[in-house]
Amino acid sequence: MALLELKNVHTYYGKIHALKGVSITVEKGEIVTLIGSNGAGKSTTLRTISGLLTPRGGEVYFSGQRIDKVPAHEIVKLGIAQAPEGRRIFPRLTVLENLEMGAYLHSTRSQAYHDDLERVFTLFPRLRERTAQKGGTLSGGEQQMLAIGRALMTRPQVLLLDEPSMGLAPVLVEQIFEIVKTINGQGTTVLLVEQNALQALSIANRGYVLQSGAIVLEDSAQALRENETVQKAYLGLE
Amino acid sequence: MAAEVKAQASSSSGQRSFTEVLRTVFGPVGQLILFIVGSALALSLVVVLLALLQIGARPDILTRALTILPQVIIDGLVRGFLFASIALGYTMVYGVLEFINFAHGEIFMVGGVVGAAVSLFLASSGLLAGMPGLLFVILVIAVGMVVSGALAVTVERVAYRPLRGAPRLVPLISAIGVSLVLQDLMRLMMTNTPLGFNARFNTPDFGPPIRLFEMNLGARPVPVILPPKALIFIVASVLMLIALNYLVNATRLGKAIRATAQDMPTASLMGINVNQIVALTFLIGGALGGAAGALFGLNVGTVNPYMGFIPGLKAFTAAVLGGIGNITGAMVGGVVLGFLEAFVASYLSLFTNGAFSGAAYADIAAFSILILILIFRPSGLLGEATTQKV
Repeated sequence: MALLELKNVHTYYGKIHALKGVSITVEKGEIVTLIGSNGAGKSTTLRTISGLLTPRGGEVYFSGQRIDKVPAHEIVKLGIAQAPEGRRIFPRLTVLENLEMGAYLHSTRSQAYHDDLERVFTLFPRLRERTAQKGGTLSGGEQQMLAIGRALMTRPQVLLLDEPSMGLAPVLVEQIFEIVKTINGQGTTVLLVEQNALQALSIANRGYVLQSGAIVLEDSAQALRENETVQKAYLGLE
Repeated sequence: MAAEVKAQASSSSGQRSFTEVLRTVFGPVGQLILFIVGSALALSLVVVLLALLQIGARPDILTRALTILPQVIIDGLVRGFLFASIALGYTMVYGVLEFINFAHGEIFMVGGVVGAAVSLFLASSGLLAGMPGLLFVILVIAVGMVVSGALAVTVERVAYRPLRGAPRLVPLISAIGVSLVLQDLMRLMMTNTPLGFNARFNTPDFGPPIRLFEMNLGARPVPVILPPKALIFIVASVLMLIALNYLVNATRLGKAIRATAQDMPTASLMGINVNQIVALTFLIGGALGGAAGALFGLNVGTVNPYMGFIPGLKAFTAAVLGGIGNITGAMVGGVVLGFLEAFVASYLSLFTNGAFSGAAYADIAAFSILILILIFRPSGLLGEATTQKV
């Protein structure tokens, strides 16, 4: 049984048909990437999984349980966390308060909370130096670290990452992808949405190519990297 | 070195120390006190300057101005805390939903009417006379808070939540509708019960006015008195404001409220039930409004179903003046507006030699100054750091 499975999902924004029958499976322990151009429906897919959008057709399963009608705050409880597009840090909460919000469902008095916090600070030492700073005053890279750290504080089984490399300097992009690999190595399954297809395919096990709201290709990351269409359309190789 | 860093982290990530809690709670209260003292001093200074300008033509004017000054400051405090406690309801709901709950003045009114009903019941059952004053105050405030809080939550559930996704004007119109419905519903209920349209707010005897001190100005000493009801109003409001600051700034729930206000979808990704948080802000705002209504009725002695309109409008103004969405700002805005009004109401006729009766022009003056402040500081006195959502 797949950990996360989308079956023929249709999602709308009002009258706009954004996802036209998307089917994806993510197995436990994998890094799966979803690549595609602007407006292909990548973020919509993640927002549908997280419960921010409710699909009009199709089903979403997590560990065999159907979750497409479950509200967003309940889905976090089940073990799906999202670091959303644009980071969406709470700008007027401090770094520590942002992380506490990630741990909203857990007691901040417990040892487990302190262990979680320590894990995040070990992954992102920069955040440790900035605990008292307001989230809105962080740099883009630091905000991305905080967004991922905050998602980890919810103790997810699956981490949904929406464009973690967006707007970051190349050296930071490298770093973020390294950390995603580390997080995955620690046992968290990752579903990664990226426009930076080359980087995404270099750390992923498998990948899906999304175009105008539908999956047009799915394969192992290796095979996708070598696929001619993918190379032309998304990797900028001729 | 590594151990040092670790120790640092554990202190910053560990439980908040007691002093830290004090700072987060009393920081805003300190800011409030600063604005209270500041506006009282500034306005007193203006009064003295105006008096000195006219002292040539009217030698007694400075004495007359100073004679009423302490009373004006007390009046300003009472008005200020009244606006502040209503303004909080507007600002909290705006902070979370970016929506002006125009029915909030009626939530305030209901608190007053419910308080009057309790007082009528106590008076007619003969319990009122022997009742300790403090117990009575706590009782009417508690009942006002419970009823108004529950009413605010109900209104949100019935009239606003179904319109959450609608264009912004739609819930606004719904709010105005709720406001009219509540006014006339209360009128219907009051005129068909012993309360009557103008319901008396009976109170036990709170004793004689408190003589604070005497001022020696000219012929005879002038006593400065503090009416017990004004004292009750001020003390109760200050306690509520401190409690609210604690809730919002130092508790997990308060953080969830702030997170929801800053970014609702992301808050739900943290596992925060945002509908519950929205209901909670209506509950808190409604309870504060209800308490203010009960205190207002107690202070004035009578309530009617339309009494919420003007204070509601002024409290909304106070919320905008302080920076809408900003909780400390609402308190500060309320206090500043209260002082402005009290000073204009008391001094306008004195300084214009009776040409304008102050009470009638207080609103004009207060709102004119408000417009000026907003022209030069459109985000309000404290302003909410509204980083635009991307």
